Amino acid sequence: MQPTFTSSRILLPVRPWFIFLSLIVAALLNFLPTAHWPGMPDWVALVLCFWSIREFRRVGMGWAFILGLLMDVADGAVLGQHCFAYVLLAYIASSLSRRLLWFPLAQQALQVLPLLLGTQVLQALMRLAVGADFPGWGYFVGPLVATLLWIPLTFVLLLPQYQPVEQDPNRPI
Amino acid sequence: MAGMDHAPPPFFKRGPAPLALLTFYIAVSLAIFVVDLRVKSLDLFRQSIALVVDPVQRIAQTPGSLVDYAAGYLRGLKELQQENSDLKHAQLSTAPNLQRLAQLESENERLRKLLSVKEREKASGQVAQILYTARDPFSRKVIVDKGQQAGITAGQPAIDEAGVVGQVTRVFPFSAEVTLITDKSQAIPVQVVRSGQRSVVFGLGNGQLELRYMPANADVQVGDVLVTSGLDGIFLPGFPVAKVVNIERDSAYSFARIFCTPLAGVENFGELMVLDPRSPLPERPPEAAGRGEIKEGQRVKKKRAAKTN
Repeated sequence: MQPTFTSSRILLPVRPWFIFLSLIVAALLNFLPTAHWPGMPDWVALVLCFWSIREFRRVGMGWAFILGLLMDVADGAVLGQHCFAYVLLAYIASSLSRRLLWFPLAQQALQVLPLLLGTQVLQALMRLAVGADFPGWGYFVGPLVATLLWIPLTFVLLLPQYQPVEQDPNRPI
Repeated sequence: MAGMDHAPPPFFKRGPAPLALLTFYIAVSLAIFVVDLRVKSLDLFRQSIALVVDPVQRIAQTPGSLVDYAAGYLRGLKELQQENSDLKHAQLSTAPNLQRLAQLESENERLRKLLSVKEREKASGQVAQILYTARDPFSRKVIVDKGQQAGITAGQPAIDEAGVVGQVTRVFPFSAEVTLITDKSQAIPVQVVRSGQRSVVFGLGNGQLELRYMPANADVQVGDVLVTSGLDGIFLPGFPVAKVVNIERDSAYSFARIFCTPLAGVENFGELMVLDPRSPLPERPPEAAGRGEIKEGQRVKKKRAAKTN
């Protein structure tokens, strides 16, 4: 049996400013005081992963690098820590995108989990290798929560691209 | 055949191959990772990015601080009156000591002059508000609202009303980053008040501190208070740092494991005081004359050997 391609609705083309806006909002969410709560996902990694899968021609490693630099400075982390992890995330996500989009959303989320978890583990390894202390297992809960958020996130970020339900028969697209 | 040399027209414009791009970006990020960690020469780069990020971060923090402010405003009148009377009581109970402090200080100064000992430095500084804790889970740092504009430089100590909180490690134009004493990379030279023994206290990263390199039979007891010894030339002597809570003496090791908790409200939000940098310590005395002579002698011997050859 062929896998069902649930997103068979024809989507409108994405607007570049919306991608930009969503990435900025993700960074803002990371800056909120809630970022210290256990199990809070890394919003920037999640949104970046989403757009590198959906629109790998527009959001790529360049964006990942710049966002990584911003997060490094904002966190007070070592420069290059987020850059490295995000660039690798964007690369793997974009190379998986052609396959990933054929799966239903729940299965997409399952495949995104190792990517996000890998981003976190990579950062932890980089810092532990140069003598930081172990941040506790709560640090690795974030990607699990992010995986659960994959379906609602897809709905929200694709909202501007959905077509109206009543279509003009003279203008099918 | 000449046509074969021409490249195909650029119908589909493609940048460099993804793998090449990936290699480039990874190389750059690893390079800045190592440089930032080892050489610390990327401060200007970091400051210029912080100039953009810092205002956004402050805006993102405002909802939380507004809630705090509202909670403080709505706190009952009765509670405030209670606190006020408590503070007055505390002030009265410390009054006898405080009122004689000026006289004691002048007496101390005079006695020091008589003994021709160098005068004690006076502590001064500026109050800064803690804006937020840094998000980095691998270290313990807070961001305060004063930076280069207020003349803060890296290395200045920070205290609160109970003791030492940490040290300024990075300075941005309008904010500064204070590394707490509980951070794993932070160490402070201290002195045990009771016995006067000197040592160095290290952060453990889990909210506790450890007094290292004390022999297993060292005269340290649970409850001992550690104050800064001032030997580092950064912290003024006499500020309380930590209290000993647990001592493990194992004869298998030559050192005792001594755990302490910080006295200052290190993990609390609020205000702290960034102390002005100390006046520089006197220069190190020149190396012992004996060692120099030996070296000279060796050199002479070598020269002689060369001549004989």
